[in-house]
Amino acid sequence: MPMLASDVRWIEEPKLGILEQLYLPAIAEGLQTTVKHIFKPKITVQFPEQQPHLPPHYRGVHRLNRDEQGRVKCVACYMCATACPAHCIDIVAAPSPWPDREKYPELFVIDELRCIYCGMCEEACPVDAIELTTLYDLTGLSREEMMFDKEKLLSVFDETVKAGTDPIRTSAGRLGPASELPK
Amino acid sequence: MDRSLLVTFITIVCFLAVVQGVCAYLIWLERKLAAWMQDRVGPNRVGPFGLLQPIADGLKFLFKEELIPNHVDRLLFLLAPSIALMTALLAAAVVPFGPTNAAPRAPVPLWANASQAEKAQYEAAAARYRYDQEMFDEEMAEYRSHYQWVIAPNVDIGILFTFAVTSLAVYGIILGGWASNDKFSFLGALRSSAQLISYEIPLGLSIVGVVLYSGSLNLEQIIQHQAREGWNILYQPLAFLLFLTGVFAECNRLPFDLPEAEQELVGGYHTEYSGMKFALFFLGEYTHVVTTSLLLSIVFLGGWSFPWIATADSGPAIKFIVFMVKVVFFILVYMGVRWTIPRFRFDQLMGLAWKVLIPLALLNLVCAMIVREFQLTPWVLLATSIALIVGAGLIATRRPLAA
Repeated sequence: MPMLASDVRWIEEPKLGILEQLYLPAIAEGLQTTVKHIFKPKITVQFPEQQPHLPPHYRGVHRLNRDEQGRVKCVACYMCATACPAHCIDIVAAPSPWPDREKYPELFVIDELRCIYCGMCEEACPVDAIELTTLYDLTGLSREEMMFDKEKLLSVFDETVKAGTDPIRTSAGRLGPASELPK
Repeated sequence: MDRSLLVTFITIVCFLAVVQGVCAYLIWLERKLAAWMQDRVGPNRVGPFGLLQPIADGLKFLFKEELIPNHVDRLLFLLAPSIALMTALLAAAVVPFGPTNAAPRAPVPLWANASQAEKAQYEAAAARYRYDQEMFDEEMAEYRSHYQWVIAPNVDIGILFTFAVTSLAVYGIILGGWASNDKFSFLGALRSSAQLISYEIPLGLSIVGVVLYSGSLNLEQIIQHQAREGWNILYQPLAFLLFLTGVFAECNRLPFDLPEAEQELVGGYHTEYSGMKFALFFLGEYTHVVTTSLLLSIVFLGGWSFPWIATADSGPAIKFIVFMVKVVFFILVYMGVRWTIPRFRFDQLMGLAWKVLIPLALLNLVCAMIVREFQLTPWVLLATSIALIVGAGLIATRRPLAA
């Protein structure tokens, strides 16, 4: 489609007055701003003495939640594995030993190195089983070590609940976990 | 000269040691101030408040591998940082860094064949200066009995010597860029040489107005004159601004640091340098900063003099403290301006020097000459300086904007 004259907007360069042309008042004002900043509080966080203050929805290491009876909540519906853009979740379902659900994950492995920490699995899960915690300083000595299996993921749950950094935010039936903030 | 070689030697050693130490800690101060101005903390891990950081940096430079790339011109590559540092240090040889007295002026010789009228005219003009030989000898003996806080006292071409040697520092940069044999260094060196040469002209011209008043290029005389008559910045603020801009360009500091701009040229003329050679370039730059801060406080702010606190008869301690306060103030101005003003583009930089600073410096000089010739009060110069600044601003608003 050809360009019409009405599509073009002409802008005039702003005319500088004499004070602006001198540049000195502007420089003085700039120096004032700079000097003011010297005395303002600093925003540096002195790591590792101070830990950063992370928001509750920070996307760190995953965990598998337990329900009130201590069983793994996951029902092996494969929603998270399907939603994952990096294909890092590996699930093998098996008939569940408990009466109130059909399946449970016999094998649940997340490759933490492949994961892009997008949180899609957390959003996709219908039973609030998988969540991303605020643990950010994840290290390992080998690639195999960083493939977290079910036990490891459950242990992350135990640790974060014990440490109180990531309280249980699940809410069966209501809006997803991202909408619930800890009380 | 009566001053003993030993005294001079000790002065040189002390001055060099102090200047090198100050340069190292200026790096610390720069990093800390830069951090504070950017709402962060700066180096604080090495020693309390990061005070051992320059020592860590120095050790790092010493232990770093001396890398000389294959494609460089070896002799010039190794020579360039030495020239940069050497000229910077040499320029500081005539700059006072503490309380000084001015030497008495040499007796004016009477011409053998001059007519009475000429002699009378000359003597009338020289009436401000004593021209009696005995009095001169007495005063000279008294001058020599005091210790002057300068490496080379009573150099009558003081400030001219400083400028001349500082101009030689351009060689360090040009050779560094040329010898590095790569395009970024080359461009940086060319830009730097053009910049330095262009900004030396307003630098020198702005000083001539001051020199007309103090009657001598001798830095100690300039201080003496200001101790009697008041600081030069009060009478010639335009010259002060021109000189300030000139020294920013001479030290290759923002807003004129295009030759070493990281965003533009990777590193400019010091791209290929690492280890101690890079440290020498850096030390040269900071020595320039220190020398030009000293010059600024000597030529415009009266050196060690302060109207009531530090006059010619005060003790050396108070004079030294006053002097150092002024020098530190200018160093802080350098650092504040660095983190405030954006960098000039190269054509803007050259346009500023040739189209703004040189005409203003020339006009300032003409005003100074007129005022001196007709022996008007120096306060007229203050009025003309302000008029020139305002006039320049008015002209700038009328001109069509450059493309």
